[in-house]
Amino acid sequence: MATHSDLPLLLLMTLAKVVVVLGVLLTAIAYIVWMERKVVAHIQSRWGPYLVGPHGLLQPLADALKFLFKEDIVPDEVDRPIFWLAPLLAFTLAFLSISVIPFGESITIAGHTIPLQITDLNVGLLFVLAVTSLGVYGVALAGWSSNSKFPLFGGLRSSAQLISYELSLGLAVVSVVLIAGSLSLREIVEQQRGLWNICKQPLGFLLYFTAAVAETNRTPFDLPEAEAELVGGYHTEYSSFKFAMFFMAEYANMVTVSCLATSLFFGGWLGPVFGPPLVRSLLPVLWFALKVLAFLFVYIWIRGTLPRFRYDQLMGFGWRVMLPVALLNVLGTSLIVAWRSV
Amino acid sequence: MIAPLFYIFAGLAIVAALSVVLQRTPVYSALSLILVLCSLAVIYLLLGAQFLAVIQVIVYAGAIMVLFVFVIMLLNARQESPTDHSLFARRLGLPLLAVFLAEVIFVVVGHFSGTVFAAGATFDGGPGAVGGLLFRNYVLPFEVTSILILVAVMGAVVLAKKQL
Repeated sequence: MATHSDLPLLLLMTLAKVVVVLGVLLTAIAYIVWMERKVVAHIQSRWGPYLVGPHGLLQPLADALKFLFKEDIVPDEVDRPIFWLAPLLAFTLAFLSISVIPFGESITIAGHTIPLQITDLNVGLLFVLAVTSLGVYGVALAGWSSNSKFPLFGGLRSSAQLISYELSLGLAVVSVVLIAGSLSLREIVEQQRGLWNICKQPLGFLLYFTAAVAETNRTPFDLPEAEAELVGGYHTEYSSFKFAMFFMAEYANMVTVSCLATSLFFGGWLGPVFGPPLVRSLLPVLWFALKVLAFLFVYIWIRGTLPRFRYDQLMGFGWRVMLPVALLNVLGTSLIVAWRSV
Repeated sequence: MIAPLFYIFAGLAIVAALSVVLQRTPVYSALSLILVLCSLAVIYLLLGAQFLAVIQVIVYAGAIMVLFVFVIMLLNARQESPTDHSLFARRLGLPLLAVFLAEVIFVVVGHFSGTVFAAGATFDGGPGAVGGLLFRNYVLPFEVTSILILVAVMGAVVLAKKQL
């Protein structure tokens, strides 16, 4: 617990961590977009971005500049305050949940031990769920405030989809919490030292990942922005930087969901550690980053491979398959946990 | 540290609550209600009840209000036009409001013991403590409530689906 005299130092450290994490996250998002374009291109026997920089590596920079200099068009009939609020909300909430993700054990600088996590809440996992459950407002409000039929349909679809899949996501997470006996992400990771949770909860992981793909509006669950039927879905009327905010929010959500999958099922930062002290404290961060990157690759792989669901299939799958299986999984897990503790 | 935060969020809750009633556009009212619920969550947090605070956001702001907003969007409800106020509301509205306010003030002042803020650190508001209370001390009310909710869910399904 921090005493009174540590408070400025603690604040400074937290601020430094926030700045570093945000910087890394924003850069990562820019390069995930590049990775997505490259990987999907190669899946489809194309080259992808190739002109700006070697192998198109400077493409994200060019994209960012393009977003900044494009004209920001606001249609006449939109509900202005909410039309502005929606992308802000989506963006902020997407970046908020990263604050409780532990990306390493701790690092010692000048005698101070700094945990590699912005903040370790004892209800950290619930915090992430709360923030993601609020994320739907960004999309729903964007659809409503645009005052146009395609965004409205996109917004409606997205609210229905998020409500349906949030339940299965929550239940899949509950089965991990039952095993770990804690809601703090740090403790959940620590508890996997012997065996990763994926071995104890394979079904839970499958449910989590499926629900997570749906929660982030990715193919094959990207009904809210289905180009073929809805033009662009909820962000049809958005242009320039407001569109970029939705875009970044979607990728930030992908990162968060992958970080959570890594922490819950794949041992977070755990991995072989060796070498001098500094390497020792930085290697876990590398393991964590590699695991998250693997998840992001799977995301892109799925997008390049699977076709989109039909809307009724999506709802039917969520309520008739995912939810019952998730409930049974929780029931089975709690029975085993209760049996063990007797 | 706690007092200024409390005043900020209590004030926000009151302003947002007024806005729920005064807004003409249903979506604005719903958004104001979300703001009320989130400010209440912060006040729970200040009291040391982290679990309750997070659950408040997940259940009310994240689930129930999403349904509200969903329905408002589905009906595409735009600005409401003021109706001709009923005689009842015009004659008795303000007096009833005054009586209600007086009652609330009377109760609050009666219970005011001198300490302004509960010390957040003195009690454990984590998930373990809440779970222990719910499943040890108050099992019966908890289970009865859950059965009540189950009945309500079944009732809703029966009402919504004419043919089962």
